[in-house]
Amino acid sequence: MNEYLKAERSVAWREELRKSMKNKDRTAIPRVVMPEVDPFVRSHNYDEVNLGLTEEMAVNESHRCLDCVDPTCISGCPVEINIPKFIKNIERGEYLEAAKTLKETSALPAVCGRVCPQERQCENSCFYTQKLNKVPVAIGHLERFAADYERNSGNISVPEIAPSNGKKIAVIGSGPAGLAFAGDMVKLGYDVTVFEALHELGGVLRYGIPEFRLPNDIVDVEIDGLRKMGVKFETNCIVGKTISQEDLKEAGFKGIFVGSGAGLPNFMNIPGENLIGIMSCNEYLTRVNLMGAGDPESDTPVYKGKKVAVIGGGNTAMDAVRTARRLGAERAVIVYRRSEAEMPARIEEIKHAKEEGIEFYTLHNPLRYEGDERGRVQKMLLQRMELGEPDQSGRRRPVAIEGATDWMEVDEVIVSVGVSPNPLIPQSFTGLEITSWGTIVVNNDTMQTADDFIFAGGDIVRGGATVILAMGDGRRAAKSMHEHLNK
Amino acid sequence: MNKIVSKEYLSERVVRFEVEAPLIARSRKAGHFVIVRVGKKGERVPYTIASADTKKGTITLVVQRVGKSSEKLCILEPGEYITDMVGPLGKATHIENFGTVVCAGGGVGVAPMLPIIEAMKNAGNRVISVLAARTKELIILEDQVREYSDEVVIMTDDGSYGEKGLITDGVEKVINSEKVDLCVTIGPAIMMKFVSKLTEKYNVPTVASLNTIMVDGTGMCGACRVTVDGKTKFVCIDGPEFDAHKVDFDEMLMRLKAYN
Ligand SMILES: Cc1cc2nc3c(=O)[nH]c(=O)nc-3n(C[C@H](O)[C@H](O)[C@H](O)COP(=O)(O)OP(=O)(O)OC[C@H]3O[C@@H](n4cnc5c(N)ncnc54)[C@H](O)[C@@H]3O)c2cc1C
Ligand SMILES: Cc1cc2nc3c(=O)[nH]c(=O)nc-3n(C[C@H](O)[C@H](O)[C@H](O)COP(=O)(O)OP(=O)(O)OC[C@H]3O[C@@H](n4cnc5c(N)ncnc54)[C@H](O)[C@@H]3O)c2cc1C
Ligand code: SF4
Ligand code: SF4
Ligand code: FES
Repeated sequence: MNEYLKAERSVAWREELRKSMKNKDRTAIPRVVMPEVDPFVRSHNYDEVNLGLTEEMAVNESHRCLDCVDPTCISGCPVEINIPKFIKNIERGEYLEAAKTLKETSALPAVCGRVCPQERQCENSCFYTQKLNKVPVAIGHLERFAADYERNSGNISVPEIAPSNGKKIAVIGSGPAGLAFAGDMVKLGYDVTVFEALHELGGVLRYGIPEFRLPNDIVDVEIDGLRKMGVKFETNCIVGKTISQEDLKEAGFKGIFVGSGAGLPNFMNIPGENLIGIMSCNEYLTRVNLMGAGDPESDTPVYKGKKVAVIGGGNTAMDAVRTARRLGAERAVIVYRRSEAEMPARIEEIKHAKEEGIEFYTLHNPLRYEGDERGRVQKMLLQRMELGEPDQSGRRRPVAIEGATDWMEVDEVIVSVGVSPNPLIPQSFTGLEITSWGTIVVNNDTMQTADDFIFAGGDIVRGGATVILAMGDGRRAAKSMHEHLNK
Repeated sequence: MNKIVSKEYLSERVVRFEVEAPLIARSRKAGHFVIVRVGKKGERVPYTIASADTKKGTITLVVQRVGKSSEKLCILEPGEYITDMVGPLGKATHIENFGTVVCAGGGVGVAPMLPIIEAMKNAGNRVISVLAARTKELIILEDQVREYSDEVVIMTDDGSYGEKGLITDGVEKVINSEKVDLCVTIGPAIMMKFVSKLTEKYNVPTVASLNTIMVDGTGMCGACRVTVDGKTKFVCIDGPEFDAHKVDFDEMLMRLKAYN
């Protein structure tokens, strides 16, 4: 364990808290259950499903954390949040201090507390999971509690900003990678401008993840905070189209961070996929989340199918199928070619989806679609699958069961089988090294690209990741760009 | 926010706007388009950049009023603002000296054709423009087209102006009278389909500019997809111009009716 963590752990109040309760009593407390809106009610509106912990629940849960000598949870977090420190601050009632602790390492705690796949990260590395064979401390729920408490208190701590150094920095894309990078650079005194192609800010946080999981207000507060710190935002500006790489150089930008995400939807290229009513998950979620198509006042139309199938098993698929339910689908089905154990979606999402009446057709894969005379999708042919040998990713490979096919009636299909890196920057910039997958090559420690002045992170580098990883990349890039510019 | 500098009615349902957009004016080329949104509840809709003035920092859009979104745009007056505008989008037209180029524009398709006519002429081509519409009042931008064309053929369905007949009749006449190296066609999908069928018969290479339904216009959603040569393409990033003889126009016509 590093010296800093050790020193933090040995401060008097923490010593005292540790002594205030026996570990046996701590481990005997049952894990808190997140209060949720009733499944029937919530599948008819867009309100956030998780209501958040009450103060009492949060403090009670914080008792469970053992403030371990070797807090393995920290290494499970991609940005290494000082987890016991923030939880113990909750335990002693210093919620604002807890929020501050989160902000030492995370740029978007209210977001990550809601959307991180905790069960695979921090909570999976918790002592409870690893050694006690018990359910882990609810780190994510507590993180959300502290961040929400701070936001609702009106006492949002504004980080210290170094005096302006006059150096202009450009950020391409306003997703979590770009926002985290911008926040760190503005703190260091840089003059930061974020360019965003769409008319709204936030990247996937805005156009992808739905309101019922991550309300837009939360994203707005984070962006307002950055604005107050001096970050400038230019929406409707596509770097590589509206302005070029040379324009940025000529305008005096001393460094560029590319956080342009993985915006290109994949299709399966099977017969009938271009029928009306079949669309990418990006199209569906963009229409609903960015364009507000669920709202009758919005000019943007969206299909409101009654028999909706969503192809895929990731977070994106869960978001789409639950959205379809909210838009009035009588039958909303997940069609996934592997089994539930292999689904990449967060466990909480799968659970919520089931509660909302979503059907799961695992070990099924579409072969083709057929439509009516107007070209509207009517049914799809499904291939039944079974699990074979594990593939490179360690997941058991789905294999078709010869001759086992079924038709399913559908009037809307949402294809959610992954995304590819956004090609705009790789195609329009010179001096970058691009992989055959279309991702930008960087030095993994510094996030620097083949061009010394250009750094990159998030999905454009990883091909598809998580909010917290994108954010961590942005922070690392800020640190090394700062070092690079001050050599 | 982009300010409308001037507005002019080209016909009862077709409006020409000059809009402030200095960055777009500077970087756009023939064939590019923008996506605009009017009002906070507005939808994102594509329009071709008909021309640009880099000195004034403005671009020109020619908009036909066909439904809700184009109507919201068409009622805006000079001094008012377009809520959002992004571009230039799409691939620029491939311009070179092909020899003789026929530019076949139907209805409001003449507007996006204009910058192509100009660029083709400047590249040294002999340019023959075929303009078509239902009736005389719907022939737009004739003077501007004449400025850059070696010849102009006008066709109206009812014979109220130019010659009576369809755009294909006009194009066929040109092909029969001289060697044509390239045909460019922009207009309603059904018109482009028939122009394409015709030129295929005569083996004249043809480019069509497709006007599919779009959302983002940057390759993110796939709403704009079409089948070209048996493969799915995104019009907003792979197009909007494609080899017309390889486009599955029937599928495109079907997809255009998705929300009607
Ligand atoms: C529906 C959905 C649900 C998800 N759920 C979760 C979840 O629960 N938990 C989790 O951890 N992760 C989740 N993810 C993944 C996560 O959202 C992404 O990994 C993360 O957003 C990547 O961040 P980013 O900053 O790299 O890119 P993005 O968030 O994609 O942002 C990129 C931004 O750059 C803009 N841009 C692109 N090119 C240009 C250009 N040339 N000029 C200007 N702007 C440009 C784009 O418009 C976009 O706004 C989900 C993803 C989706 C799609
Ligand atoms: C690359 C490109 C360039 C274009 N250039 C021009 C131009 O220069 N001048 C011009 O007048 N028109 C142009 N169009 C067509 C123009 O975008 C449509 O006429 C316009 O979107 C119609 O919207 P509406 O609501 O007024 O019409 P409606 O016919 O009422 O539309 C009904 C519904 O259909 C959908 N829809 C139909 N067409 C489109 C579309 N293209 N994009 C998004 N949604 C659509 C919308 O969801 C809309 O709500 C272009 C289209 C493309 C793709
Ligand atoms: S940021 Fe994510 S992984 Fe890290 S502690 Fe918070 S919830 Fe866990
Ligand atoms: S491993 Fe678990 S119990 Fe130990 S400090 Fe971390 S959260 Fe607390
Ligand atoms: S309009 Fe969305 S991909 Fe072309």
